[in-house]
Amino acid sequence: MSLATVQPLATHAEDALHPYQVVGDAIPASLTGKPGDPARGRAIVANRQNTCLLCHSGPFPEERHQGNLSPSLQGAGARWTAAELRLRMVDASRLNPATIMPSYYQVEGLTRVAGAWRGKPILSAEQIEDVVSYLSTLRD
Amino acid sequence: MKAARGTQRLALGVLLAALATLCSAAEIPLSERRSGYADLGRETKAMQDDDTANPGMLSVLEGEELWKTKSGTEVKACADCHGDARASMKGVAARYPAFDASRGRPVNLEQRINICQAERQQAKPSAYESKELLALTAFVAMQSRGEPIAPPDDARLTPFREAGRQLFFRRQGQLNLGCNQCHDDNWSKRLAGNLIPQAHPTGYPIYRLEWQSIGSLQRRLRNCMTGLRAQPYEFGAPENVDMELYLMWRARGLPVETPAVRP
Repeated sequence: MSLATVQPLATHAEDALHPYQVVGDAIPASLTGKPGDPARGRAIVANRQNTCLLCHSGPFPEERHQGNLSPSLQGAGARWTAAELRLRMVDASRLNPATIMPSYYQVEGLTRVAGAWRGKPILSAEQIEDVVSYLSTLRD
Repeated sequence: MKAARGTQRLALGVLLAALATLCSAAEIPLSERRSGYADLGRETKAMQDDDTANPGMLSVLEGEELWKTKSGTEVKACADCHGDARASMKGVAARYPAFDASRGRPVNLEQRINICQAERQQAKPSAYESKELLALTAFVAMQSRGEPIAPPDDARLTPFREAGRQLFFRRQGQLNLGCNQCHDDNWSKRLAGNLIPQAHPTGYPIYRLEWQSIGSLQRRLRNCMTGLRAQPYEFGAPENVDMELYLMWRARGLPVETPAVRP
C-alpha cells in the first residue's frame, strides 16, 4: 500500500472520541480495538432514535415506517467491506461533502447543536462497531 | 493495486460529490411548487375544506370575537379602527412579514397584531403562541384565504430575506442538515413514514393533528430544528422572522389556505 493513499491521521481533541485512521476510502481498524456485536447492531439500527431508518429501509419486517431518501441497507455487507462501512458511518461527508448522511462520529464543525446533544457523537464507538458488524452480515 | 483502485474511487467520489453539490443548489422551479395540501389524505383534505369540520375554525371564530372586543386603556377594538376585517384585512397575511419602519426590520403578522395592541389599544401584548394571539392571527389571515402569497416589493426587506435564505441552507444541529436538503432536494420522499413536503407556509396558523391544536409557523420551525437536534430560536427571534420572510418569498404565488389542516 502506497503512502499516498494514507490520509493524515484524523485528530479529535475530545476525550470522548477514539482516534482513527482513514486509509483510502476506509477506516481499517475497529474504533474500539474490538469487533462489534451484530445482534446489538441490528437493535441499534432498528431503533428509530438512532435515526438510521428515517432515511434508509432494510430487512426489518417489524418496522412499519422506514425512509426512502437513501439506499436500502439490504446487501450493504456485499457492497462494502467492514472498513468501508466504518468510514461511511464515521464521516460519510469525507467521501461526498453534499451527502445527507450525518457523520455519526463527529462533534466538531457543527452549528447550534442543542444542549442535550452538544459534545456527543450521534453514536458511540462501541455502537458504530456493533452496527458495522451487523451491516457486514447483510450480504444479499 | 487495491490502493490505486481506492484512489480512483475516491477521485470519482469527489467528482460525483461536486456534481451533486451543483444539482442540489437548485431551488424548486416555480412551476413545480405545490402546497402540502396536495399530498394530504382524502380525510384531512375534507377536514380542511369544510369550515364546519375544520378544527382551526374554532380559533378563527374566537379571533372574530376578539376583533370586536374593546380592550386596553384606549378601550378600542380592532374593528373601531379597521372596520370590517373581510374588507380591511383581505390580502394582508399574503404580504407579511412586512417592514416596520420604527423597528428597522420586518415583523410578522403576530408581531404586527401585538404592536397594534400595545400602541393603539394601550393593551398588554399577547404572549407568542397564546390562544388569543393565535386566534386573532388566524382570523386576520383567513381574510386572505385564496389570495396568492405576494411578498412586498420592498428593497428594505432584501437583506433580511437573504439572511433567512442563508439560514434555510445552513447545516445545523447534531444531524448537520440544512432545511434545503429535505425540502428542496428530497420533497415527496418519505422520512420514516412521513412524506417530506416542500415546506410552503401557505396556511398558518395551522391546525396540526400531531399537536391537537392550532399553532404558528414559528412553532413549526422550532419543531423542525428540534428534529435536527439543533437549538431552536426563541419565538419572535429575528432569525425566525427572517426565515418566515424567505419562506413566504419561496412560496410566492401559492394561495393562502388559513386555517390549513396538516398531519
